[in-house]
Amino acid sequence: MRRVGIDVGGTNTDAVLIEEGQVAAAVKAPTSEDVTGGILDSLARLRATGALVDAKGKPKRIDGVMIGTTHFINAVIQRKHLTRVAALRLGMPASASLPPFCDWPEDLAALVRGGIWMVEGGHEYDGRPFMPLDEVAIRKAAEEMKRAGLRSVGISAIFSPLDPGHERRAAEIVGEILPGADVTCSADLGRIGLLERENAALLNAALADLARDTIAAFETAIRDSGLAAPLFITQNDGTVAEARQARRLPVYSFASGATNSMRGAAYLSGLGDAMVIDVGGTTTDVGQLKSGFPREANSVVKVGGVRTLFRMPDLLSIGLGGGSHVTLDPLKIGPLSVGYRLLKDGLAFGGQQLTTTDIAVAAGKLALGDRKRVADFDAATCQRVFTEAARMAEEAIDRMKTEAGDVPLIAVGGGAFLIPERLPGVSRVVHVRHGDCANAVGAAIAQVSGECDQIFKDMTRAEAIAAARAIAEGRATAAGADAATLKTIESEDMPLAYLPGNSVRVRVRVVGDVAAA
Amino acid sequence: MPLSDITLEDIEALAVGAWILGTGGGGSSYLGLLNMRALYKEGYRVQLMPAADLADDDWVAAVSNMGAPLVGQERLTDSRTIARAVDLMERHTGYRFRGIMALEIGGGNAIQPLMAAAHLKRPVIDADMMGRAYPEAQMTSVAVGDLRPYPLTTVDVRGLESVVEKVPTWKWMERVSRKICTEYGSIASTCKAPRTGAEVKTWGILGTTTKAIAIGKAVREAQRRHEDPIAAILAVEPGKVLYKGKVVDVERRATEGFLRGRTRFDGMDAWRGAVMDLNFQNEWIVAWLDGKPIAMSPDLICVLDSVSGENVGTETIRYGQRVTVIALPPPPVFLTPKGLQHVGPRAFGYDIDFKSVFAS
Repeated sequence: MRRVGIDVGGTNTDAVLIEEGQVAAAVKAPTSEDVTGGILDSLARLRATGALVDAKGKPKRIDGVMIGTTHFINAVIQRKHLTRVAALRLGMPASASLPPFCDWPEDLAALVRGGIWMVEGGHEYDGRPFMPLDEVAIRKAAEEMKRAGLRSVGISAIFSPLDPGHERRAAEIVGEILPGADVTCSADLGRIGLLERENAALLNAALADLARDTIAAFETAIRDSGLAAPLFITQNDGTVAEARQARRLPVYSFASGATNSMRGAAYLSGLGDAMVIDVGGTTTDVGQLKSGFPREANSVVKVGGVRTLFRMPDLLSIGLGGGSHVTLDPLKIGPLSVGYRLLKDGLAFGGQQLTTTDIAVAAGKLALGDRKRVADFDAATCQRVFTEAARMAEEAIDRMKTEAGDVPLIAVGGGAFLIPERLPGVSRVVHVRHGDCANAVGAAIAQVSGECDQIFKDMTRAEAIAAARAIAEGRATAAGADAATLKTIESEDMPLAYLPGNSVRVRVRVVGDVAAA
Repeated sequence: MPLSDITLEDIEALAVGAWILGTGGGGSSYLGLLNMRALYKEGYRVQLMPAADLADDDWVAAVSNMGAPLVGQERLTDSRTIARAVDLMERHTGYRFRGIMALEIGGGNAIQPLMAAAHLKRPVIDADMMGRAYPEAQMTSVAVGDLRPYPLTTVDVRGLESVVEKVPTWKWMERVSRKICTEYGSIASTCKAPRTGAEVKTWGILGTTTKAIAIGKAVREAQRRHEDPIAAILAVEPGKVLYKGKVVDVERRATEGFLRGRTRFDGMDAWRGAVMDLNFQNEWIVAWLDGKPIAMSPDLICVLDSVSGENVGTETIRYGQRVTVIALPPPPVFLTPKGLQHVGPRAFGYDIDFKSVFAS
């Protein structure tokens, strides 16, 4: 297996080649305004290492290029490149007082809201239809969308994660009247919670044009670099989707950066169950690996001010990094940071601001800048700062742990020097080679996943979990996984209060290797 | 006293305060709050009336949403449905309600009377029947008072309407109405047995809407100023800090349709080395410190995020959260022998004698 992983970050675009399980080459290039420039640049640098050709100078066969990008989430946050969306909700007469877009920030809603149609349909929690699907009203709505010039449609229905039939039928009808329209069904975005799931569908529909253009540009960049490999896009949960699925569901690629970092940390360290601390320039992210994947947040995640229930890694971010401002009296680190100006503004580099990196230079931990400029800081002072940084890290780690025992900790990122070799609650601290490119490594090694999150009735707990696993496995295979390699990485069940018949909500996630083409 | 206007700022605070009075349960008030924001934007307004201003022969409607919180996340609360439950009760009984009150001030049900009041143009009566959240129909002040449990109306957003005309006890009302609710899809808007002004003044738990707003305002104000929200709550309510600590274990199981379980904490600050266990049945019921019961229903046990002051619920609490456990005084009606039969520790299956945190 030979893969190229690329992580397009805010500052750098990192690229790595993974060959037979080893990092064969790792490079960094500045991220460009148009994104593809940085990718071309990083691939050119990767080629310059000679790693992409064999001993005879012949190009090696590359099995896949996996790209992680913040392009889509940035479009939502910056309110740029968004498509106007028709919202079609199936569930009348329920929920009518809280129509689609009702809890969006007004500036974003004004850009995206192309029209709202609410018709009868949807299901009950036990699978009974809530109301028969009003196909006549859907046809009428689609005609109105057509007249309004809308080309992107977000469809939601009550309890569609349990029975997506009404959403699918509505999508067919819309497709007949608006051939070629981009249609997002909320059931494809999982999770119970109508408003949040619908918000995800509407955001996805708003990214339809950008996703098409971006993925086409990625494909062109890869081809122009002389690589003949299929393109995959990394997802929020640390897996990848084929380019055509990512183009259809761009919201699944929102939080790939942090996730890829954690997956890369797991791979580089060989540990599947551990805490990960990713110390950047301004912030430190702490998360937990379970079977090699980040534990996910099981709650509302706001994206650009919109409430969603995405499969996002559960991360705690604190204001600690290699560029964090340090004051000594009273002792305080961050949250302000010199960020990418570290090599100009830090004391050791001739600047005016004392940072954690300057302290590390003074203590002889880092050989950077000019140690004479920070000679005033004695060993005891440096130790006080390191102790404070360690205390901040310790508290963040403890908050993110899910059990009381000591666990291993993998330290990655450019500021990993702030993490001492021993911390309370940590069995051992693991520093890894290529830890500064952990995110690109995480992209390169990504697998394919499938998930099921629904309610089962009148089954034993074991039967319900088995049923959920079968559904999740079917979805993973459909998304491009090799069925023989599938394994369950998450399984949780929650008994439901006030529902009859021993109702239990089961969530199962499985992953497998990308199936050979 | 004249009616007072409830501002949107009051409602935002009510959502926060009611969630805290939910003592771990009661469900989120987010969707109710969204409904009220939409109504206020359209020009609807709601007023608050002290229970003392009711005439003895006035009729008052008590409302609540019934059902599974999960269904409420898909079939979203619609402000008009709860108004229809009240309207059905007026048509059924021929009464004209002077005002509308909450069954349960804890959690999402605190907002229900405001939604009905906005549509029906009646005031909200500043009272409820629990002073918090409880899981069952007989766990109310009016059940302790042996007031008539019927009739009850339930409506569904599709137009389904049912009246429970007569039942012998509150427990029977719980069973029969729960069955109707299940058929509706495990969610229903309900108007409970109508109460006279005299009954509300004698058996209602008075001033609880004002109390929830005050608690919510204290928390929101402290958050804005980056001050200690727990101290802010204790400045407006005569509560006591029971414990500060970190969640180290959560155990949940569903039995007889309820979420039961136990959460364990490790002490911090003054409580370092001391272990607290909190048992719950949808709401927090008994607090044990190093194996000894130190607080129990009907005392209100509230678990709050130590930094933000936000309520931490039994469905969402998880390992690692830093929390402060406080107790708030219970409504006196629950401290009588009859009250304790309904909501004391034995009503939840704990064979211990009630002892209040606030007993002198």
